[in-house]
Amino acid sequence: MRIPCPLCGPRDLREFSYRGHAVGLDRPAPDAGETAWDEFVYLRENPAGPTQDLWYHEAGCGAWLVVERNTVTHEITGARLASEAAS
Amino acid sequence: MRVAGRGIVDRSTPVGFSFDGKEFTGFAGDTLASALLASGQRLIGRSFKYHRPRGVLTAGSEEPNALVTTGRDTDRTPNVRATVQEIYDGLEAQSQNAWPSLGFDALAVNDLLSPFLGAGFYYKTFMWPVKFWEKLYEPLIRRAAGLGALSGAPDLAPREKAYAFCDLLVIGSGPAGLAAALLAGRAGADVILAEEDSVFGGRLNGEALQIDGQPGRDWAAAVLAELQSLPNVRLMRRTTVTGAYDQGTYAALERVNLHRTPPGDAPIECFWRIVAKRAILAAGAQERMIAFRNNDRPGIMQASAVRSYLHRFGAVAGARVAVFGNNDDAHRTAHDLAAAGLTVTALIDTRPDAVVEGPFPIFRGAEVINTAGRTGLHGLSLRHAGGKADIEADCLAVSGGWNPNLALTCHHNGRPVWDEKIAAFVPRPGSVPGLEAAGAALGVFSTRGALDSGANCAKTALQALGFKCPSWEPPEAEEAEPGITAHWAVPGPGRAWLDMQNDVTVKDVKRAAQEGFSSVEHMKRYTTQGMATDQGKTSNVSALAILADTTGNGIPATGTTTYRPPFTPVSIGAMGAGGWGMGFAPQRFTTSHAASVDRDAPMVEVGLWYRPSYFPRTGESSWRESCDREVTMVRETVGVCDVSTLGKIDIQGKDAAEFLDFVYTNTFSTLPVGKCRYGLMLREDGFVMDDGTSARLGPEHFVMTTTTAAAGPVMKHLEFVRQAFRPGKDIRLISVTEHWAQFSVAGPKSRELVNAVLDKPIDDDGFPFMACGAVSVAGTPGRLFRISFSGERAYEIAVPARYGDSLYRLLVAQAEALGGGPYGMEALNVLRIEKGFITHAEIDGRTTAFDLGLQGMISKKKDCIGKTLSARPGLMEDREEMVGLKPVGGVMQLTAGAHLFAATDKPLRQNVQGHVTSACHSPTLGHPLALAFLRNGRARHGETVKMVDHLRKIETLCEVTHPVFFDPEGGRAR
Repeated sequence: MRIPCPLCGPRDLREFSYRGHAVGLDRPAPDAGETAWDEFVYLRENPAGPTQDLWYHEAGCGAWLVVERNTVTHEITGARLASEAAS
Repeated sequence: MRVAGRGIVDRSTPVGFSFDGKEFTGFAGDTLASALLASGQRLIGRSFKYHRPRGVLTAGSEEPNALVTTGRDTDRTPNVRATVQEIYDGLEAQSQNAWPSLGFDALAVNDLLSPFLGAGFYYKTFMWPVKFWEKLYEPLIRRAAGLGALSGAPDLAPREKAYAFCDLLVIGSGPAGLAAALLAGRAGADVILAEEDSVFGGRLNGEALQIDGQPGRDWAAAVLAELQSLPNVRLMRRTTVTGAYDQGTYAALERVNLHRTPPGDAPIECFWRIVAKRAILAAGAQERMIAFRNNDRPGIMQASAVRSYLHRFGAVAGARVAVFGNNDDAHRTAHDLAAAGLTVTALIDTRPDAVVEGPFPIFRGAEVINTAGRTGLHGLSLRHAGGKADIEADCLAVSGGWNPNLALTCHHNGRPVWDEKIAAFVPRPGSVPGLEAAGAALGVFSTRGALDSGANCAKTALQALGFKCPSWEPPEAEEAEPGITAHWAVPGPGRAWLDMQNDVTVKDVKRAAQEGFSSVEHMKRYTTQGMATDQGKTSNVSALAILADTTGNGIPATGTTTYRPPFTPVSIGAMGAGGWGMGFAPQRFTTSHAASVDRDAPMVEVGLWYRPSYFPRTGESSWRESCDREVTMVRETVGVCDVSTLGKIDIQGKDAAEFLDFVYTNTFSTLPVGKCRYGLMLREDGFVMDDGTSARLGPEHFVMTTTTAAAGPVMKHLEFVRQAFRPGKDIRLISVTEHWAQFSVAGPKSRELVNAVLDKPIDDDGFPFMACGAVSVAGTPGRLFRISFSGERAYEIAVPARYGDSLYRLLVAQAEALGGGPYGMEALNVLRIEKGFITHAEIDGRTTAFDLGLQGMISKKKDCIGKTLSARPGLMEDREEMVGLKPVGGVMQLTAGAHLFAATDKPLRQNVQGHVTSACHSPTLGHPLALAFLRNGRARHGETVKMVDHLRKIETLCEVTHPVFFDPEGGRAR
């Protein structure tokens, strides 16, 4: 499997490590309440189809990426920098 | 026996090998199977369950029967397919599953017991009495079961892993594969042509077919010569593509040196990962059998295998051959044999309307109903419209039709489609993105059809790759698709075999259906149909057809079992090549490694790092003696310890201070330049992630220290926080763990020692507790931190790593002059336990700041990672809190991992009140002590609790104490 790193080009899966769904970028305000924090830290969808994950190009440029992939076909349809997705 | 004038083996090059200790001679180009058949050896092995005599069934990798063990003693390999193994001078092979000998096998008694050993006997028979399972049944079954046996010694044969990339991967080199590779090669694409066999050409080597008026194999040789001349084409023979993975990644196993004595330390196998933009599956088809009574005798073979042995190896299993089939390929077999001068004793076709003529007896609408010859076929009985007949035969060629080799197209969970016309499953188009099937793998069986189909696939692939497809005039070749009428099994009494590797019969499959295991996946598991090394390649489709017939569900609705990689067996040694011994994990050495080893320090693994455990001195007989001495040395004089393995992260930028405020629970923006501060880091779920000190070297420059274990994870975490939550801010991070050698100098004489190596001495006014700054160490720019993990006055001195070895040796020499010396991990651990300092033994991912008594470090004035959830219900009250323990009863042992109970409670799970995380003997205090977590422990200092180590059978009464045992005011460090 290869992930298209926006900085390095297509690179082998083994250069990356996985974190979880891209909802991890949407950090609630400290006073957002239990539900918001529960959803941010714990609750995850388990979609059959397109999803967005956070991957770290650990053995590469060190960029965190938002990778779009399909959990059914394993197709990877795109990747962008987490810093750009977050700002 | 050999057939004159046939085959492409090199009859001028004899090759000697042995089978079951007996010497044989074959020719260069022979497989073990062809050489044994040519030598008249039809009996090759015994079957798995009933120990039935078995011979060669196929001429390829799908072989279920002819499995042998090659090599001997510790250097042996079980379950080698004799049909794949090429012979070489000195090859040793042994039959399997036979004792005391292949000809007379004691466990063949199972065959007589077969009425009691049918499918499911295992599940029904060994149920009771329950006690018998462990002591009697299991050992018995384990002794009798298994195909071949491993040597029990480590497999040290050299193997390799390799990677390849290409535009087009062509799998298989029969007419379809050659046509595809030729067109793609001429177009200029980067092509890999992988062939499982030792020669290219596929079925063209095993048939008498003509292409463009010349023998098919000559045409193949000409194509191959052209492919070899193209620099953009890589030819890989003896290479089986075993799996199709995501995004055009294919696994392949190359048998590099299994066909000869490996030269030197050359690898015997190579496991390839091939990444291909497009792929063409031209892996051909495999012939299936027809089930009839006693259809497993040595001498009964696939019709195509009989032709392969004749045309490629010039070998036959006997002089009198009968042919039995339900399709036109059977006719070809009879004609080829007759043309080679062999006696065809009967051509038996199940179809009453079969159109065939030939110089041999022909039986239409007939079936074989039994065979004779226990260790080798010598005759058969058939039933036809006019009655029954007995036929003499040493070899029976059987053709039940062809199954396209479509396994790879199903590796992404695609299911094949039933094609009634050829009575076979064909690949579902698009099952694996970028992979197309061609030729017989697609269900196109004629030579011309295969050539065209290969060319078409190449055209599609080249178009997708952006190459112009060259024009190509396909050569002349036979175009007839063989006619077939499905015929799975001959009805009648007795056992008709399907899966010969697992001894599954037609009756077993029917019984599975009758007992409710009517789904194909359940039938497989109940009968073991299609398991083990061949995965039922020759029998699965027949078995599911019989299941479909029994249930009345029909074949398309019954479907197939799941095809999973690998297509053929891959040794674990090949997949894990390079991963044993030193290749298992990288080793990280500190700059003081050589100096520590010079002093005979036993090195212990700490993650990937190697660190000295202790430094033994003459006269010391145990690690404890050395450790105790080193602890006392640090408390009384001075010790030196390499702490370079701790993670060091350089953090710079205008927003660096605010960033640290966000990742640490406490505040760093208020830290003055030239000072260090202890920091606590939480995960977003509120639990403790890591701790360490960070030093402010400049207004916008910090160096963070992490624990050794968490250096990688913390770096990853910081990068995430920076990029995800602080995008656009001026913060830069880099790991400098390996760039700085850092040594702890600890003890009352530490300042004296540090001053001995500094160019400009320090004093306590200029360099107080928790100070940091740049220093000059013997002319080299370094850094000094006044921090302590021992509770003593201590400094950490850092220099660029290239000076680490010399500084360490210098520090140790100077320390010894002051009555001190080096100390290792054991002493480091005791020193920190005496002081109640935590490590990952305490912060194990389940502890909160509150548990550690560090809740006061969570700043109320700012947000930080983990702050919100650290305050949620359950994390701040009624927890197991960190305490110290010291023994108070007769038993003095404290052990990490032991559980804590109230002194009067029974040591049962429901009474557990906590556990011990770290324990040691304290030479400073003269007794053992431990750090532990105890429910509401901070309110229980002075109480007596019971420590129970259920594994080591230790029960110790302990007093609960404050976790800081030594110097609680901390005056010594200041």
